[in-house]
Amino acid sequence: MAAKRFNPLPGFGLTMGYTIFYLSVIVLIPIGGLFLRVLDLSWADFWRLATTDRALAAYKLTFGASLIGALINAVFGTIAAWVLVRYEFPGKRLFDALVDFPFALPTAVAGLTLSNMFAANGWLGQFLVPMGIKGAFTPLGVVIALTFIGLPFVVRTLQPVLESFETEVEEAAATLGASRLRTFFSIVAPTLLPAIITGFALAFARAIGEYGSVIFIAGNKPYESEIAPLLIVIRLEEYDYTGAMALAVVLLVVSFVLLITINLLERWASRYQT
Amino acid sequence: MGGTVSRINRDATAKSQRGTEESPLVKWLLIGVCGLFLAVFLLLPLVNVFVQSLAKGWQVYWASLHEPDSVSAIKLTLLVAAIVVPLNTLFGVCAAWAIAKFEFRGKSLLITLIDLPFAVSPVVAGLIYVIMFGLQGYLGPWLDSHNIRIILAVPGIVLATIFVTFPFVARELIPVMQATGREQEEAALTLGAGAWKTFWHVTLPSVKWGLLYGIILCNARAMGEFGAVSVVSGHISGVTNTMPLHVEKLYNEYQGPAAFAVASLLALLALFTLGLKTLLEWKQRRDYALAQQTTIVEPAQTV
Repeated sequence: MAAKRFNPLPGFGLTMGYTIFYLSVIVLIPIGGLFLRVLDLSWADFWRLATTDRALAAYKLTFGASLIGALINAVFGTIAAWVLVRYEFPGKRLFDALVDFPFALPTAVAGLTLSNMFAANGWLGQFLVPMGIKGAFTPLGVVIALTFIGLPFVVRTLQPVLESFETEVEEAAATLGASRLRTFFSIVAPTLLPAIITGFALAFARAIGEYGSVIFIAGNKPYESEIAPLLIVIRLEEYDYTGAMALAVVLLVVSFVLLITINLLERWASRYQT
Repeated sequence: MGGTVSRINRDATAKSQRGTEESPLVKWLLIGVCGLFLAVFLLLPLVNVFVQSLAKGWQVYWASLHEPDSVSAIKLTLLVAAIVVPLNTLFGVCAAWAIAKFEFRGKSLLITLIDLPFAVSPVVAGLIYVIMFGLQGYLGPWLDSHNIRIILAVPGIVLATIFVTFPFVARELIPVMQATGREQEEAALTLGAGAWKTFWHVTLPSVKWGLLYGIILCNARAMGEFGAVSVVSGHISGVTNTMPLHVEKLYNEYQGPAAFAVASLLALLALFTLGLKTLLEWKQRRDYALAQQTTIVEPAQTV
């Protein structure tokens, strides 16, 4: 039907108007203001501020640790989603409810308790530190915190896909003589892959901007365990507004690119699901 | 004879199970890996918060919560949530109504823009308001000459919190409202109900669990936000310190048990949020099952 159907519901103008107004005041104008301020800088100045040695070290740690954390979540999150959907075992419902815990827990509390656990006298640190694994106040701590906050994404993206997955296909593969491992890799895994990649991208995007949990556990040494968002805060505290804005624009552009990528990924994943 | 047949049967069933199920060894290995991963990253950190907060006993716990700075941090956090959650709920309902019930161009762009605050680092969220309202910012000199303070004061904290919790209600509500369609509203309007009446009696009841879920998520994040608030607050004890900021301050002053005591309240909030979420999901599933049952039963009764 080419012609638009008449829609008798009221309130479109009012709700749409308020939505655009609120969105503009809270989100669009302030973000636009940041970009406008940065446009005052010459390209050379911007480049110099955004790529100081200290900033480069911070990007490297932020992106590297986010990547490792998201990869850990892609592997263990897939296992967790599989186990929570396919198997019955004691404590299953508790674990399933707990998966959302990193969403609900304030990041400051997450950082506090993780740094305490991995410190030399903490619950895990007392075993790990003598083995040479220092989780608190090192770059490894950044990975630990970012793994924690990204944990729900892969599991929660994958679970609905696994639940709607028809076991008949697996049965057919088995009937035709495929081993369980072969069935998994040639039948199950390709169907799950778009969801795993989407979850991975979501966890990665979340990790890049994370601040609260990391600063408790990282030690925050310049060039060594200092993440990019922290460097923005430090520049602000030094009243170096242009320095802070240059770094913020780099992070914002990365976030925008990731947001668009995730949107495309989700479209791709939903095509596989049906 | 019979023995052979049953043995063949047993072999057959064993084999067919192997087709769609892993061997018990692999299965329990996977459960073990999953259990260990979730225990280390979820269960232990949670239990640790409460154990550490009570490490010096109940009295220290109580005293650290009753300390004036803690009390004012708790009050400020409650105040901020009380302002932010209703504002974002109103926005969420408006946005969901416009997006779910009407067709227009640029809808997917609008949804992406609403999601934008999730993608922005909390620190950057704080920074954009400093640039808008701070002394070095666009409106700073004007605000200063009129003696209005936004940055390093409560309004800045409220704004930063609104930004980071912006999408929650809209995001939960849009799919639920889309799923209910608009036939029911159209029917109510045809029968002579006004716009408000239709909204209150038809739309709201059918989306209430989704709405409530969005609100509790928005509230949890509003009370727990750290990065964005930290940039705009100025960390003035007793004035602009929220609970998460107070946790950081106590931690930096090496007051471990006190930091964990305040943190334990926030952890309780997280547990409460998770509990309510599980309950709402259960209710939603039950409502859905009931709705399906009645649609099956009704035609049978009329026949």
